Amino acid sequence: MVEGSQKKNLINKKGLRVDGRKPDELRSTKFEIGLLEKAMGSAYVEQGKNKIIAAVYGPRETHPRHLALQDRALLRCRYHMAPFSVEERKRPAPSRREIELSKVIGEALEPAVFVDLYPRASIDIFIEVLQSDGGSRCASISVASLALADAGIPLRDLVASCAAGKVDGEIVLDLNDDEDKLGEADLPVALMPQSESITLLQMDGNFSQKEFESAFNLALKGCGQIYDLQKQALKEKYSIKKEVLEDLEGEKEE
Amino acid sequence: MPLTVEDRQLVTPGDLLAEVDYKAGENTYSENDKIYASKIGIVGSRRNIVHVIALRGFYTPQVGDIVIGKVVDINLGGWVLDINSPYQAILFVSEVFERSFNPRKDELSEVFNIGDMILAKVSGFDRTRDPALTLRGRGLGKITHGRIIEMTSAKIPRLIGKKGSMIDMVKKGTGCQIAVGQNGRVLVRGKREEDVAFTIKIIRKVEEEAHTSGLTNRISELIKKEKM
Amino acid sequence: MVDSSEIITNVMERRITKLLVQDKRLDGRGLTDYREIKVETGLIEKADGSALVSLGNTKVLVGIKVDVGEPYPDTPDEGVQTVNAELVPLASPVFEPGPPKEDAIELARVVDRGIRESKAIDVKKLCIIPGKKVYIVFIDVYVLDHDGNMIDASAMASIAALAISKIPVYEVKKNGEIEITTKKSLPLNDYPIAVTIAKIEDSLLVDPSLEEENMMDTRLTISLNNNNDICAIQKGGIGTLKKNDILNAANIAQKKAKEIRKIVKGK
Repeated sequence: MVEGSQKKNLINKKGLRVDGRKPDELRSTKFEIGLLEKAMGSAYVEQGKNKIIAAVYGPRETHPRHLALQDRALLRCRYHMAPFSVEERKRPAPSRREIELSKVIGEALEPAVFVDLYPRASIDIFIEVLQSDGGSRCASISVASLALADAGIPLRDLVASCAAGKVDGEIVLDLNDDEDKLGEADLPVALMPQSESITLLQMDGNFSQKEFESAFNLALKGCGQIYDLQKQALKEKYSIKKEVLEDLEGEKEE
Repeated sequence: MPLTVEDRQLVTPGDLLAEVDYKAGENTYSENDKIYASKIGIVGSRRNIVHVIALRGFYTPQVGDIVIGKVVDINLGGWVLDINSPYQAILFVSEVFERSFNPRKDELSEVFNIGDMILAKVSGFDRTRDPALTLRGRGLGKITHGRIIEMTSAKIPRLIGKKGSMIDMVKKGTGCQIAVGQNGRVLVRGKREEDVAFTIKIIRKVEEEAHTSGLTNRISELIKKEKM
Repeated sequence: MVDSSEIITNVMERRITKLLVQDKRLDGRGLTDYREIKVETGLIEKADGSALVSLGNTKVLVGIKVDVGEPYPDTPDEGVQTVNAELVPLASPVFEPGPPKEDAIELARVVDRGIRESKAIDVKKLCIIPGKKVYIVFIDVYVLDHDGNMIDASAMASIAALAISKIPVYEVKKNGEIEITTKKSLPLNDYPIAVTIAKIEDSLLVDPSLEEENMMDTRLTISLNNNNDICAIQKGGIGTLKKNDILNAANIAQKKAKEIRKIVKGK
């Protein structure tokens, strides 16, 4: 985080940001569901220049066996960036940042999953960032949540995630890479909107108490918008014409 | 009090389905007297139980289910099978051999080897152990010929139909033997290659159009046309 | 004709061999037919070049990143080409997280050989200051969905990505420093294509699907350049090949490479 109060012209005189957005505007976000053949559930997101793919395998037998938990499923999450995803080529081996993000993203998703239903099994979530432009952990959580739903794993709710921050002294929503690097604070948040339960909260930079509250509320609003987009994507993928549906219960249900 | 969503609507995890008056059925959960969907699917209700028919899901074994499993491992206790579910299934040696007989591992592989497909029934399953299979039942055992296709297990009930109505119609109409595994695997056997291929086409169609109206009629028409 | 979701089993393997006797394959293809090829380029803007290839259900994404570095001591006036392949776990239930294992390394090196031996990248044109500064071209192969024949898909994606790559042009200033002035196309001299042929019993089939790969005796990958010269060969798997197999395979590869090059370039 660059300190100091000098303006960096990330917000112009009209109050617009470098990419033309208003302070409380989300980047253009598009979700795609079920694009991979082999994974049990998959989803893809383009949020601004972020391009992230998530896949879910599971519940399935835990390998190696000794890691299995007796009373619930083991949820493992791997956040990984492709070498070509950033300006300076990144070495393929997981960095400390990727390992930390793997942990917090997994912890952001697990509360939504009914892990108790599958003791001894494991649910593996793989996230590959094909192109990164700020806020990739939030986009990763949102897209992985859709991959979990696509895999048919029972969930309490989808998890929607968005970040807010401070740039040139202004509270803004959904920071891109430049804003993240040059701005004064970054606050990623994830939540299960139905129960308003927050599953991820991190912050770095500098906020006054008031600024924090402001940013936090803005991030929650952003999460709400993401949630709507997630549900829309699921509905579009699985929509069925509204006709009178046949009674679907077969032999088993009686 | 009615549902908070329209009956037969497409719902996603976390959608509120009903408040008070209702009980949580399949693919839903309740919290603070409210019932929510836990999977993507179509909401429905019967009496006061609200449920969601999942459009995406995987097979969870239930005692009594007929399944088609693939042998993936052999140990001294018996055979380990992949039944396309979170858990692998076990076929104990005692299901095949008399109690007094203590076979060696290579003797076991002569009976069922890795890669073999077995039609079996789930005889036991609970939270603490992997599902157990039995071969006691008509037609159960190693599958030696025919074609096995895999489909979404969530749509198997549609393929079977109410009291077997759909699958019986397909069997009669194609002349093929069809064994439907609850775990989303279906075995098709027929005298002629074309009959088997046609049967698979019908199964695919049922899978794709499982939730639309008029499917039974369309399948019936398809069969009639082919016969001509 | 087979349904794409049929399970690989002993029953299935017998079917595959039975069909092969009639020169037919599970998915209805002929022995020398490739699955549908789709190519999309430039989708990763931050990369200097990128291409996503679908070969049937197999999907491979290649990203090109060009950097500046020191040349190898024995080739002081040549740029450096390096290929890395990741079989990321999301692509298949059989891939595990971790550093590349032998399959990934073989894949990278086979793709590398095809490009290097055909001299596709004009490394002589990638020198900035001889002995000190040259371009380093990173070719990163990312398998996203594994349904058989990752090698050919990776080779296609690599050359397609290189063909649209832009590299910064460096000007050497009087004080010896280098500075970026503009961007130009990566200098490409050739368009190598890899053709992988699997041997099952006595049949040779191109572009093996996952089921065919799981039961094949062995495979042969042949890379050809624009001139239809063979610039790289790799036998993979524990089976054996007879001399005729190899000569026949080379023949098949020559015909297929031309066709595939047209398809991949055309997009």
